[in-house]
Amino acid sequence: MALFNLTINGISKQVDVDPSTPILWVLRDHLDLVGTKFGCGIAQCGACTIHLDGNAVRSCQLPVSAAEGASITTIEGLSEKGDHPVQQAWMEHDVPQCGYCQAGQIMTAAALLQQNPNPSDDEIENAMNGNICRCGTYLRIKAAVKTAAQNL
Amino acid sequence: MATLDKKLDRRSFLKVSALAGGGMMLSFSWLAGCKPTAEEAMGLPKEWFELNSYIKIGENGAVTLFSPNPEFGSNVKTSMPMILAEELDTDWKNVFVEQADFYPERFDRQFTGGSQGIRQGWTPLRTAGATARAILIAAAAQTWNVPVSEITTSAGMIEHKNSGKKAHYGEMASLAATLEVPEEVSLKDIKDFTIIGNSKRNVDVEKIVSGKPLFGIDHKVEGMKYAAIVHPPAFGMRLKSFDKSSVSGMPGILDVFEVKVFKDDYQRNFFDTTTFPEIVAIVGNSTWEVMQAKKNLAVEWENAPESSFEMAGFGGRGSSKMTVPAGLENTSSHKERMAEYIQKPGTVVRKDGDPEGAFKKAAKILEKTYTAPFLAHNTMEPMNCFADVKADQAMIYGPTQAPEFIMNTLSSSLEMPKEKIQINLARMGGGFGRRAYSHHMVEAALISQKIQAPVKMVYTREDDMTAGVYRPTYSATYRAALDENNNLLALHVKAGGIPETPLHANRFPAGAIDNYMAEAWDIPSNITIGAFRAPRSNFIAAAEQSFLDELAEVMGKDPIEYRLELLKRAETNPVGQNNDYDPKRYAGVLELVREKSNWNTPAPGVHRGVSAYFCHNSYVAEVVDTVIKDSKPVVEKVFAAVDCGIVINPDAAINMGEGAIIDGIGNAFFGELSFENGVPNKTNFDRYRMIRQKESPKSIEVHFVDSKEDPTGLGEPFFPPVFAALANSLYKATGKRYYDQPFAPQLEMQNLKM
Repeated sequence: MALFNLTINGISKQVDVDPSTPILWVLRDHLDLVGTKFGCGIAQCGACTIHLDGNAVRSCQLPVSAAEGASITTIEGLSEKGDHPVQQAWMEHDVPQCGYCQAGQIMTAAALLQQNPNPSDDEIENAMNGNICRCGTYLRIKAAVKTAAQNL
Repeated sequence: MATLDKKLDRRSFLKVSALAGGGMMLSFSWLAGCKPTAEEAMGLPKEWFELNSYIKIGENGAVTLFSPNPEFGSNVKTSMPMILAEELDTDWKNVFVEQADFYPERFDRQFTGGSQGIRQGWTPLRTAGATARAILIAAAAQTWNVPVSEITTSAGMIEHKNSGKKAHYGEMASLAATLEVPEEVSLKDIKDFTIIGNSKRNVDVEKIVSGKPLFGIDHKVEGMKYAAIVHPPAFGMRLKSFDKSSVSGMPGILDVFEVKVFKDDYQRNFFDTTTFPEIVAIVGNSTWEVMQAKKNLAVEWENAPESSFEMAGFGGRGSSKMTVPAGLENTSSHKERMAEYIQKPGTVVRKDGDPEGAFKKAAKILEKTYTAPFLAHNTMEPMNCFADVKADQAMIYGPTQAPEFIMNTLSSSLEMPKEKIQINLARMGGGFGRRAYSHHMVEAALISQKIQAPVKMVYTREDDMTAGVYRPTYSATYRAALDENNNLLALHVKAGGIPETPLHANRFPAGAIDNYMAEAWDIPSNITIGAFRAPRSNFIAAAEQSFLDELAEVMGKDPIEYRLELLKRAETNPVGQNNDYDPKRYAGVLELVREKSNWNTPAPGVHRGVSAYFCHNSYVAEVVDTVIKDSKPVVEKVFAAVDCGIVINPDAAINMGEGAIIDGIGNAFFGELSFENGVPNKTNFDRYRMIRQKESPKSIEVHFVDSKEDPTGLGEPFFPPVFAALANSLYKATGKRYYDQPFAPQLEMQNLKM
């Protein structure tokens, strides 16, 4: 066990965990930020996507020891009132079915639009391809990303 | 107004005063897991008055509706309350929706599955809404001293026009809650619906997009421990021994012990399909720590002998002895045995006319065999459960489609009366049939009971994928006897699987063919199987609708025309008894999809396939348009036409259709689980290929038949037809028929990129 200082959603947090612990479990078990979801544990499904210094990363493969000094944003910190343009577009298109993967989808989409405010269909498909939606809401996800791009 | 003599199960209309305690109400706020938003808080009343199990109204006119069924993504949590709100005649803006917990005394059927939620909830929910409205009117009549018959309601307002008196529901709620429930209530005419048929947004969407805790896996209480499980690595194996000391010194590890899901003398119910009833539990201080220990635990496994147990039939009807064979099974030997069974006579389930004679007279016989592999459900949220079991009571909170089916198991395994066990219903991160089997709840409960503390047990993805209740592997052989003019003389289907047959002998095209025979077979296995989105239909539709396409081609007929021809025969002069479909409604969806897709005039370069199927009480026809782009088959567009009666929440219904079509295309292209010496060959999404954004169809159009029929389900019916529509479309694109799922490996053999 060791102490780690983390910056999560703009707030400094200290956790005492094994250095190998992925940020996913630090968030979920130790900091009660459960919006970031566990799906596969091997960075293949995207349910655990967070932002690390603005980039979309899979938190299940990011050990806490590698995250010190970086700025972490989770779904809970994407916007203060849940009204980030991506979140609004998700509501407008009523994207979710079960909803489990959607935080990861939204974090991936938000990072994409941060870097590429006007992505083409191909660019959206490429960026979102790492996020599995078992319910198959892919068309609404794509439509919502386009709407969000217009409203950024 | 239509009058309904309310002879329904009266449980739903019990007054709250007749129930013990207010524990249920407390459990809701506990479960919501997040504070109401400012907007919600402003609308919260000082006091709620319960009008029945489903409805409470605040003095300020706010309405809370309880959604009875567990939510796994089919959006029942929005659509079921919409039905209540319609008959209550309230304003949707003033409605709060809460997930009901499992209370069989209060709610009629808290099961999400079989596409039955809306179909079976329709009348009870309408009646509950109308009953509440009736007692609000009665309260107003009493208060104003006017006849009930002169009172009208609209959007949560009560009015007596003659006297000019007006009140909102909240003003009458306290009196209404004390009044007798009427014996008879009036239901609205369909034409007067204002909520049903008008899309309403998912009531949980704000919470979902902002990451609020909604799922079982998100739950946490003070003092809670974490648990992982270790199960046998192969079907056909069981636990021999484990060495606790191999992990006991690891950080955060508190305990390691065996969990036995069933008591020895327990008679299992239909949904007690438990893959590995003896497992090892590792308990610790965090998920990561127990998952680390799981990798290090020294365990010895042994081959399990043949075993048998009594199991009740579906719906508790009868019971039979189930035998689980010994042995470590292989996909290669499965295929060999299935090939043998295809050659052998099966059990004749239906026979019309003289099929054998017709085949003898045939000038030509078309015979094709279709196959599909085992599939894993792969819900995005792995199996998990929270349990807090104390000496005299238990609280279980987790993802289940079917709390009523696991209650007996919990009661038996915990040795605790059912009345002492509370099952609370979490939003599920997907279900697809998998969570009708809820032994993860029993596992968590037994772990909590042993450690005498609240616990959250979480499966790894590997646990989830390799300890499944899978979709079985299937095979179906279709044979058509044709005369020299290519007229159909007879049709023969022989279908089986491991360990169950996919056959639905009385479905189309039975009833449309003079000489027809359906045979079934099955091969026992120790690989556990269960419901998977449209069980059996999800395969037999693919086989049947692919075969009809090929048959129409041989006969030189348009595939839609040919199906309509058969349906006309089934309508005007049906063959045999017990035909399990309405040929007119079946033809209706084919005609609608033909019109909407401009079937006869596809765009250049577009390859189209069609398919139609009836299951779970709804009719669906689909057209898939494929193009080949840079040596890659791309599903450009899918058209779906559906007849599910009245559509409650159209946009959500379209979402469900889109999702099921994408799910079907994904499984048709990629879905496959194989076994070697009992070991599943895929353990996670690195090898188990799921459909992703890039492979999704580029657009989907869903069209509903305008209908006044009572609503039927949608979760499943969109799914089965898409497999054949895709196969038939790919045939047009590549010139090759696709008989064996998944299709991607065969397409790759044709130098196409997948």
